[in-house]
Amino acid sequence: MKIKTKIKEFVEQSREWTESFSDMSEKRDLPRERVRREEHMVDRLMEEKAGHMGLLKWRRLYLVLATVCAVTLIVVLLTTVAMLPVFGEHHEYMDTVAQYYIDHALEETGAMNIVAGMILDYRAFDTLGESFVLFTALNCVLILLRRDFQEEYRLHDYYDLTRDPILRRVGMVVIPCVVSFGVYVMLNGHLSPGGGFSGGAIFGAGLIFLSLAFGDDFAARLVSEKLFKGVAAVALGFYCLAKGYSFFTGANHLESGISLGTPGSIFSSGLILPLNVAVGFVVTLTMYGIYRMFRRGSFK
Amino acid sequence: MELIANFPFFSIILCLFSAVICSVLRGRGAKICTVVAESVLAILSFATLWYVHLLEKPVTFMMGHFPAPWGNEIRFGTLEAVMATVFSLILLCAVLGGSKFVNRDIFPQKINLYYVLINLLGAALMALIYTNDIFTGYVFLEILTLTSGGILMIREIGRTTLAATRYMILNLLGSGLFLLGIILMYDITGHLLMANMHASLKVLIAHGSYSLPLTVIVGVMCVGLAIKSGLFPFHSWMPDTYGFATPTSASILSGLVSKGYIFLLVKIMYRVIGIDQEILSVARNILFVFGLCGIVFGSVFALQQNNINRMTSYSSVAQIGYIYMGIGIGGTAGFAAAMFHILAHAITKPALFLANASLIEVSDDSPVFHDLSGAAHRNKTAGVFFTIAAMSMVGIPFFAGFTSKLLFSMASLGHNPAKTGLVLVILAISTILNTLYFIRTVIRIYTKRKGDLPRKFSMRAELPGWIAGVSLAAMNLFLGLNSRPVIELIEKGLLRFQ
Repeated sequence: MKIKTKIKEFVEQSREWTESFSDMSEKRDLPRERVRREEHMVDRLMEEKAGHMGLLKWRRLYLVLATVCAVTLIVVLLTTVAMLPVFGEHHEYMDTVAQYYIDHALEETGAMNIVAGMILDYRAFDTLGESFVLFTALNCVLILLRRDFQEEYRLHDYYDLTRDPILRRVGMVVIPCVVSFGVYVMLNGHLSPGGGFSGGAIFGAGLIFLSLAFGDDFAARLVSEKLFKGVAAVALGFYCLAKGYSFFTGANHLESGISLGTPGSIFSSGLILPLNVAVGFVVTLTMYGIYRMFRRGSFK
Repeated sequence: MELIANFPFFSIILCLFSAVICSVLRGRGAKICTVVAESVLAILSFATLWYVHLLEKPVTFMMGHFPAPWGNEIRFGTLEAVMATVFSLILLCAVLGGSKFVNRDIFPQKINLYYVLINLLGAALMALIYTNDIFTGYVFLEILTLTSGGILMIREIGRTTLAATRYMILNLLGSGLFLLGIILMYDITGHLLMANMHASLKVLIAHGSYSLPLTVIVGVMCVGLAIKSGLFPFHSWMPDTYGFATPTSASILSGLVSKGYIFLLVKIMYRVIGIDQEILSVARNILFVFGLCGIVFGSVFALQQNNINRMTSYSSVAQIGYIYMGIGIGGTAGFAAAMFHILAHAITKPALFLANASLIEVSDDSPVFHDLSGAAHRNKTAGVFFTIAAMSMVGIPFFAGFTSKLLFSMASLGHNPAKTGLVLVILAISTILNTLYFIRTVIRIYTKRKGDLPRKFSMRAELPGWIAGVSLAAMNLFLGLNSRPVIELIEKGLLRFQ
């Protein structure tokens, strides 16, 4: 009851306000059409507001129902998990694929790191999709946050860390280590744990640290927009074409002409090394690009 | 293997590569690149359709050097090829028809990003249609979700950001549930390839083991994809999403994206779980009930709207309900009707949204019915396109909508008498409601106001829109007048879908 009267009051108030709004002397010069449309807009906003207030009535019921739903889902899912096969238990029909990878990955893909062999050779199509998920995310962030071409855009440096001597000194020591470790993880993806995704994340973190410690302007001079877009496009384009070639030769049973090399040496396992580098660049640029957009809304 | 068997794989790689190219081009170049890529995509899809139609059996294509189950795989028959052909044509029409509004709604510096997303969306749709591996399906489903959020929020007017937030929350809930389903399924079957999953599940079901996890898997997968495609109780994201997005995005989101999810669900029902399993018939009955609710409530909500875009969006709720009703009816006939309705709705809804945009444009940019009076006199072509699409939605003979309604009622006969009765009654009610709100709108736009004269448009700006409108109307009439070959292709594809 209480809320109903409240809504009524509110609507009446808004109506009075609308009337006074259309009576305002300076608005008389406007074409009647526009005044009517503005009135309509106000009416709609008020209706919406009243609708929200009406929702308040149901809020308690809504909370109860939401809790019941969530608890039911939790109970059902936990029961399900309890009924799943025990970890490590052996099932004949279940382990065929996993066992096959363990037995054959080294000889078929030439990668010491079985995971790299799986994601970049056996199931390379999925990984191609994954890299494009990152690319999509980067583009969505650019759409949402890029602001530098708008007139009201101003540079804000809310907290400039560049004057912090500790950060700069530590940065001078740490950044080269982080970046070179990232490159190492990227290049060694087929030999040891790691690969493009993790190496790229480390490299990207290094770039973000650089940008924090030495200022965004310095980082922007280092990685300009042109370079950013160019490297991303080249990495993804190469990935697309290389995998396209590999899928094409594979499906048509043609000789691909890419030798697997000696397992264990740096130039081995065919396409996995260059693909790891390409993925690494995509991940690096995604991380760095998202950071730039959140920080300044601009590559500058 | 013939070169033509590579075409589905070429079409996916082509879209991805063209997205990369678009990212370094400027707006106009990106648009041209996209149009070329989508045209080639349509040609490739049509060639695939021709090839599998002559071959009379589905083709499995190895993605890489390793045969399944070690490597990835795609598989295509007539059903997939029909879907791919129609979807790529509609993508092309939406891009052409809405390009004028894209230039109006989006910052010039961001237009190339828009076309990047359109290309990625095309690639994701193609991959969802062709994939034979459930995890590949998930990866491209993620791309589809992200790109659809992106093409929605790129029109930066506040309401779209709000709509995109709501869209992402609900869609990510859907993706999460679907991913849970995949994980549980992988845990008990040990495979990700659909055929092998099906083999393992058959053994499990025959032994009667893991009955609760199986029920949960079917439940979370159905609910997840139902949320993403906007089935009735989860439709709350639809009106704002379709109502405020730029017309190209609204057409693509309503016409294609939700259909991609439904197609994946049907694929899982057929290929992974097996269409004749007991466990699925319960899920299908539940989907059936919600589909029916969606039809009625969607139409009722649409009647209440005062805004042409929101009305069209609520009508989508009803149309998604139809598709789930077809899935619920079951049998090859029911699924064929659902598939045909996917095509019919995918052709009709983009035409409606594009026509809406043109009508709104000549009514001082106001989507409210009062201002739309006589809009069809001000923009005659848009009025004609709207009327054709509206007649198809209502289900007037000679249009695609009529054929799909006929198929639904034919499919419902001869099963369960209760289902038959329900389907026929709901179809009748919904036709009446559809007539009410669509014919009301048609009358409204043809009610001449004083001083309504046809506006002058520049030929150059309007031509792509006309091409898109004419081709969508032609496809609509084709499906309405000459539906037999399409239905035969769909039925043949469904029989060999497993």
